[in-house]
Amino acid sequence: MTYSMGMDIAALVLYAASFTGYVLHLYRGGHWSGRIATLLLVLAIVAHYYALLERSHVIHAIPYDDLYGSMSLFAWLLAVTYLGLEVFHRRRAVGFVVVPFVILWLAVAVVVAPSRVPHDPAANGALFALHITIGILAYAAFAISFLLSVIYLIQNRVLRRGRPGLAFWRFPALDVLERMSRSSVVVGLVALALATTLGFVWEHRLTGHLAMADPKVLVTLIVLAVYAIYLVLMRASAWRGARAALICACNFAIVLFSYTAVNLYFTGFHRFF
Amino acid sequence: MASNFIGEQSGSTIRGRAEIALIGCNHQTAPLELRERVAFTPEQALRAAKELCNSGTIEEAIIVSTCNRSELYGVAEESVESLPDTLISYFSDFHKLPLGELNGRIYQRAGREAAQHLFRVVSGLDSMMLGEAEILGQVREAYKRAAGNGSTGPVLHRLFQSALEVGKRVRAETELGTRPVSVAAAGVKLTERIFGDLKGHRALIVGAGAVAEQVVENLRARGIGELELVNRSFERAEELARRVSGKALEWEGFEAAMVRPDIIVMSVSGSTHLLTRSMLEHAMLARSGRALCVIDLSVPRSVEPEAEGMYNVYLFNVDHLGEIVEQNKKAREAEIPRAEAIVDEHVNKFLAWQSSLEGAGLLEALRHRLESERQSLLASHFNGAHGGSSVDRERLEKLTRELIDRVVELPASHLRRERKLRRPVEGLAALRELFGLDDSEDKEKP
Repeated sequence: MTYSMGMDIAALVLYAASFTGYVLHLYRGGHWSGRIATLLLVLAIVAHYYALLERSHVIHAIPYDDLYGSMSLFAWLLAVTYLGLEVFHRRRAVGFVVVPFVILWLAVAVVVAPSRVPHDPAANGALFALHITIGILAYAAFAISFLLSVIYLIQNRVLRRGRPGLAFWRFPALDVLERMSRSSVVVGLVALALATTLGFVWEHRLTGHLAMADPKVLVTLIVLAVYAIYLVLMRASAWRGARAALICACNFAIVLFSYTAVNLYFTGFHRFF
Repeated sequence: MASNFIGEQSGSTIRGRAEIALIGCNHQTAPLELRERVAFTPEQALRAAKELCNSGTIEEAIIVSTCNRSELYGVAEESVESLPDTLISYFSDFHKLPLGELNGRIYQRAGREAAQHLFRVVSGLDSMMLGEAEILGQVREAYKRAAGNGSTGPVLHRLFQSALEVGKRVRAETELGTRPVSVAAAGVKLTERIFGDLKGHRALIVGAGAVAEQVVENLRARGIGELELVNRSFERAEELARRVSGKALEWEGFEAAMVRPDIIVMSVSGSTHLLTRSMLEHAMLARSGRALCVIDLSVPRSVEPEAEGMYNVYLFNVDHLGEIVEQNKKAREAEIPRAEAIVDEHVNKFLAWQSSLEGAGLLEALRHRLESERQSLLASHFNGAHGGSSVDRERLEKLTRELIDRVVELPASHLRRERKLRRPVEGLAALRELFGLDDSEDKEKP
């Protein structure tokens, strides 16, 4: 089976154009550059969706069997989650930070994508597809909360030094960054809890038991715990601010560990990304 | 038809060559003492404009008078060579100032320069504080008042409407007026970098002097939720609180009041540190560590330097704010070329419109001339001894009317279609093109 990269390339071009719009919006201000950036992002997401759809048609499943599919899906969900946050919080100023990661992820996926698509017949069914897709959505949401926390820490440092640069005035306020990060963590936490539950159900149906001792499961439970702690701490004023942002940024290290090292070297059956 | 075209262009009366003249003085040409003496109250501005129009000196007039400028914009039917001098004389008479006192203090502009000057003024390019926003509102008010008073006409209507559009575009498309360039505004902007929207937040202002007042104005403009004011003199705090819809507190209640606000602004004189680290630590404990922004505008500082670095306490002093102001001034200056480009674009548009208006006036004059010649010829022909029948007269009248319509319609349609013809019509070549004299020969060929 072969797969054409046309839509992926179109999506990449549109993401790049959207990124240019976000940069212009940051430096020159004005509503139009921001609106055009968002419009281009929407078009890129649509093109990217059709690229994923095309791949799904080829393999008759959600594209997560290989590194390409997983990375591409992750990039798409990253863009979708960011767009949701942008619309919800009405802030465009962090688009120029998030979109490059989408581009990077998709570009790497395109470069390393195998021309022949592998497929495991066992990894089929709506339940499994939902388990994986929602799991990747959770990773994308955590990635955005990480980026927002890093921006928060940088802006906090700039403010404390009392010497803000020119671009500083365009960034969202610390309070807005914190709320955006918290929204993103809530999305990630709910999605990961749901994905884990669906995974348990799927595994139980397939094997009749639950592999609780699998490293992937254990690390996922740790991720759930640390983000839940973050949300609890956010309720206390004394922990809000730079401390919470630092915790959120550090939590993402565990997510990265789960997404890469655990999948590659430790887990028995979580070979899907 | 030509008459439709003329109606489209002016929207009201048809006129010939109308020139704009401007005289005025501003902060660059006149000291404050003189600016005070030549300032117009809104009522005086309306009266003066009306008087000038009624005297027949000019046809349209608007006076723009702010704390930094007094300017008189006039439109005359004919050449404006002597107009500025007439306006200066009127200026001097109106304010009962000897002409000698105005020597070298008054600037004069005409035509393109006058339009460009007004567009630069509304953009904030000619302001004492580059990019200031107030001038746009002040010019809008002056224009509205003059329009209501009947001292404006099609030219000044168009000029001022274009000017207001330029002002809006410059503010929307450039950063000329976005970054704060006063210490008070910079401090308030910084609080927005921490809390975002200030609507739900509370501020405590310590001091009731001029700087404190500036901060309060800025906070109110940014929609601060609640304002509390504390001052050594309770009366002054109360007076300021009354003006800004805030709440005055007794000086003794200052420390207890620190628990409530998200923003504390210190603007008091004195050599001791009124706000110490231990006071802030107590306040932060009482407020469960919620973020607090402290702006110290006092010199010497009224906040203990040791308070810097406390968790969730953002402390800014005049040095921090001064640096931001300097940075922002440079950023505003960097926006000047973009703003000037918008000004030039609209000056060209306005001049093109004005030329088309002049062209329309020229055509209307031509039509009138031809019509009067036609009437005269018809009268001399039919009133003579060998005058034709009434049927002949009717046919000839219809024929000659159509001939005039055709002659005038051609240049009118050229003016409608071709933008280049709307530039000032000068020289025979332009006139030949305008009247389509070169085209008519080609059309006659079989």
